[in-house]
Amino acid sequence: MSDTLARVEHAAVSLLVTLGVALIGVPLLLTLYLSVFDEKLILFPPHAYTLDWYPAIAATFGDPIWTSLQLGAAAVVGSLALGIPAGIGLSRHRFRGKGLVSTLLLAPITVPGIALGLAIYIMLVAIDEGAGSSLTGSMAGLVLAHILITTPWVVRLCLASLATHDRTAEEAAASLGAHPLKVIWRVTLPAMRPGIIAGALFAFVISFENLELALFLTSPGVTTLPVAVLQYLEYHIDPLVAAVAVAQTLGIAVLLLLLDRFVRLGRIVR
Amino acid sequence: MTAAPDAAALTLERLVRRFGSHIAVDQVDLEVTPGELVVLLGPSGCGKTTTLRLIAGFIAPDEGDIRLDNRSIVALPPHKRDMGIVFQSYALFPHLSVARNIAFGLEMRHTAAAATQVRVAEMLRLVRLEAFANRLPRQLSGGQQQRVALARALAIHPRALLLDEPLSNLDAALRQDMAREIRLLQQARGITTIMVTHDQTEAMALADRLVLMHDGKVQQIGPPEALHLRPANPFVARFIGGANVVPGRIDAGTHLALADAPPIALAAPHAGTGAATLAVRPDSIRLGDVGRVGIRTEGTVELCTWLGATVEHVVRLGPEITLLARGPGLGPDAAPRHKAGTRVSLHWSAEDEFLFDANDRPIAANATHFTRSRETNDA
Repeated sequence: MSDTLARVEHAAVSLLVTLGVALIGVPLLLTLYLSVFDEKLILFPPHAYTLDWYPAIAATFGDPIWTSLQLGAAAVVGSLALGIPAGIGLSRHRFRGKGLVSTLLLAPITVPGIALGLAIYIMLVAIDEGAGSSLTGSMAGLVLAHILITTPWVVRLCLASLATHDRTAEEAAASLGAHPLKVIWRVTLPAMRPGIIAGALFAFVISFENLELALFLTSPGVTTLPVAVLQYLEYHIDPLVAAVAVAQTLGIAVLLLLLDRFVRLGRIVR
Repeated sequence: MTAAPDAAALTLERLVRRFGSHIAVDQVDLEVTPGELVVLLGPSGCGKTTTLRLIAGFIAPDEGDIRLDNRSIVALPPHKRDMGIVFQSYALFPHLSVARNIAFGLEMRHTAAAATQVRVAEMLRLVRLEAFANRLPRQLSGGQQQRVALARALAIHPRALLLDEPLSNLDAALRQDMAREIRLLQQARGITTIMVTHDQTEAMALADRLVLMHDGKVQQIGPPEALHLRPANPFVARFIGGANVVPGRIDAGTHLALADAPPIALAAPHAGTGAATLAVRPDSIRLGDVGRVGIRTEGTVELCTWLGATVEHVVRLGPEITLLARGPGLGPDAAPRHKAGTRVSLHWSAEDEFLFDANDRPIAANATHFTRSRETNDA
């Protein structure tokens, strides 16, 4: 009886896993397939296959990729600088307004990106009008906006890595003569290492593929890869975009695999 | 016991700590002499761990003073107090090897690398973990982690050693070994030590003196024997040795009148009249046939439990009163077993009978005045 049940259960699980993998895998494989069509327009079946689209990426999207990489790096640095201390403070200390700070830090995740982008755009325009600055459409404005949406992830992952950490280790360090800052440096931060690495990775990926904020905040001089791809798609339907998608997916996959060697991501991201 | 040169005298003076409206530590006074091992004992929530955390400096007292060798340390942060602490969870640094864990305190003191190495080697030898120097904490057993924690705390030549339930995470067999090991180390090093535990046996085995706490207050301070032989109040009698506690009224100095049971004939006459509480340990009560002379009282056996080494009877005296009696379960001295429902007489001797007045202070047998012995420091 229970044997049959177990077999049915096993079959059901296998089916669901297969469906899930197919759901994710089929579009990826189709994109990969598309990216090697030797056609100016996407025609099926293609009359030939080529790898020429890949070298062509740099010529068309080189600048936006470079911008997106810089932006991602800046967002990582900025959100770590804010998120790590915030995570330590929120998990280790009690203070007035802690609930509010915690809500504010995590809130940007809950606001739709397009609404956030519009709001930030309006705010930057207002600031520029008032202060005579030129934040709108600048790299600085974009970086600040990206830090806003990446920080919640860093905070959340830092909190997660501290949740399982034995707090008495910090008291032990203090009793052994470590100054509070030394305690953070020698005990708290090492304990947070997996969370910090995962947070940095999340921040980078979220920044790199963000379209909604960039739609409002980029200008002809500063264009990120997602925006450039969108603009390209308005006039061209050729396999180049598929090649970009494949390259981007591969890049992030390699990054994930590398990181997984150093920290077991599965342990932090549940 | 010889005190180490760096062992300090520790003084707690009228220490008070509140959490909101709850008083966790209430006017605690304690003098610990250099090289002494004092155990803070009590049920959970009695304030013993809070007291230890006050000494360590993790929390600040609301009132009172803490002195090391007569110098107040209340204003000092934990990292300037020179206390070696062993935590219940050991709190080893998970990312550092055993040797680096032990060296941590020395590094914080900017000890020269060579001297640190020597000290770490000495500590590893002390806790017999030389072979494990390069392991990570998670690769060690509980007992080994415990020894690393001890070595780490001792490496800094602490002025006092604080142990917070150090044995509670170990299994029973290991616990006794570890208790012995801690005691030997502490005595060999002559280091002033405060240990917190809720386990009476552990406390008895380790302590030079016990501090029994309840509801934030010190109930009694003294050597284990003193608490056993002269409990200061009914709580102490119940906690140390699990005494039966019977409330009543002293009647003519010779009987304790009970609310819903025949009076108990006291083993020794006690002065005064009025509300009083009787405490008798289960091991002191002997059961016999009814109708004999010189018995304390009679009751009906409700339950007889044979535990091998001991045999326990629950004897009902009245609707609301039962006493637990315990005798040897084996050998020529084995106590007779009585079936449930049997009427039995209860006996105990004068020295096993403790009486307390309405304020829970001991009433001395044959005495005309009440002795107040909150502190029995004499052995």
